[in-house]
Amino acid sequence: MSDINKKQDELIEEFKFFDDWMDKYEYIIEMGKTLPLIGEQYKTEDYIIKGCQSRVWLHADMKGEHVHFTADSDAIITKGIIALLIRVLSGEKASDIAKADLYFIDKIGLKEHLSPTRSNGLLSMLKQMKMYGLVADSKGLVDG
Amino acid sequence: MEAFDVDTTSMKNRIGERRKDFPILQRQMNGKPLVFLDSAASSQKPDVVTSAIKSYYDKTHANVHRGVYQLSQEATDAFEKSRATIQSFINAKHSHEVIFVRGCTEGINLVASSYGDAFIREGDEVIITTLEHHSNIVPWQMVCEKKGANLKVVHVDEAGEIDLDDYKSKLSSKVKMVAVNHISNTLGTINPVKQMIDMAHELDIPVLVDGAQATPHMKIDVQALDADFYVFSGHKMYGPTGIGVLYGKEHWLNKMPPYHGGGEMIKTVTFEKTTYNELPFKFEAGTPNIADSIGLAAAVDYIGEIGLDVISEHENDLLNYGTDLLSSIEGMRFIGTAKAKAGVISFLVGDIHPYDIGTLLDKQGIAVRTGHHCTQPLMDHYGIPGTVRASFGLYNNMEDLDRLYEALTRAVNILS
Repeated sequence: MSDINKKQDELIEEFKFFDDWMDKYEYIIEMGKTLPLIGEQYKTEDYIIKGCQSRVWLHADMKGEHVHFTADSDAIITKGIIALLIRVLSGEKASDIAKADLYFIDKIGLKEHLSPTRSNGLLSMLKQMKMYGLVADSKGLVDG
Repeated sequence: MEAFDVDTTSMKNRIGERRKDFPILQRQMNGKPLVFLDSAASSQKPDVVTSAIKSYYDKTHANVHRGVYQLSQEATDAFEKSRATIQSFINAKHSHEVIFVRGCTEGINLVASSYGDAFIREGDEVIITTLEHHSNIVPWQMVCEKKGANLKVVHVDEAGEIDLDDYKSKLSSKVKMVAVNHISNTLGTINPVKQMIDMAHELDIPVLVDGAQATPHMKIDVQALDADFYVFSGHKMYGPTGIGVLYGKEHWLNKMPPYHGGGEMIKTVTFEKTTYNELPFKFEAGTPNIADSIGLAAAVDYIGEIGLDVISEHENDLLNYGTDLLSSIEGMRFIGTAKAKAGVISFLVGDIHPYDIGTLLDKQGIAVRTGHHCTQPLMDHYGIPGTVRASFGLYNNMEDLDRLYEALTRAVNILS
């Protein structure tokens, strides 16, 4: 099992404890506070992913064949969900990120936040993360 | 005193009973009874509207205006009866001044394009205001760009009221159109359109009023207003989606070229030359949205039966009750505090993002809108990313606002 799936399964386990939507969202908000914050120099138009509702900034760093993400959002719930995505994907191999199947989102009942109509920037952010993975991976192949 | 109390109560009870006309309000959202507070985006439909549409399809449908057979004649009669219903609803002088369109957006685009083609030249000006919906900004930007004309924007103050001195200073012989909304969708401000029309007419400038938010809330008399164009959407006034109305004064509509070409809008067609049909058909190319025009007429009858004065008073009570209730929440900041307001409460709480509040209200069964409400320039004016907006329809009641208050208090506790 890849590390990405291991981390997804951990999250699914953690979220099993919450029967109540309120506890779940309180936990997501807490997760947002632990997010590795993006450097202020990256909170610019170049790194922004615009949603109609909330804005997201995303930055990717390559360390060897691994991609590390930092991000931020102006909405806390969006930020919490970003923290979950980063926990699952950051530090993983570019090739694994590019082909990751993120089943945990549906399993923990947050699918609505990644719907294209929600327009909170999260879906575009996820696409962007995978794109970084794909580009980093293909670059790695060229360099290597 | 006693008699007054009885009267008020019985009126409120009557409108309170109307809630059951809207089957969708029986639904549960996230396990909680739905509290629908997004009528400014689109209102729900009473069963008389949906049954009018079904009945039309079940019993009367055929294409209109061309058939020699009885069914087509019946469909044509039903369609034209809808037009007459709309004519009397807005007190238009002639039924052919009522053009069926898809909605407010299409109505504004039609005028911007057709009127713009005929009357807007390089160096001319079009006036709008800061609190317009994107639908009443972009079509004018497009025509200005095409014609080399300039868009002038009238300021609003902190309360969300149009600055009439600024408006006056922008009126000149260069101005070829004033486009303004009757009620702001984001703030609920009821704009002084009658006064603005009179001021424009002193210089013979025509005025288009975007009435999307006004027709569900107040009696509109286009002749008393002396509006040159008045547009509105069916779906915001308890009618179907995909149908709306452009009212235009006959003499303007006659001088404007057609918007779309096709069937219905022609008199004769040869490959060399086409002559156009008369009003209103000149502007209704193709098979019209017959069924939804009938649904819209049913909505107009429904509103008429209750009375717009009763609806307006009810929504005003909700506005006052809701504003008082929400103002007790710490950090509450109302966006839009005009003296004349319709049933819209736009707000922020502390520095909490509107999206976060909207998400946690949804979890508690409360449907509100969050974001910029298609009025980005207005949000820039206030220097905010968006607001949370609760807006009312005739079916809302005080209990809905109590539920909003409780759910909002809970959301704010989690988020702060």
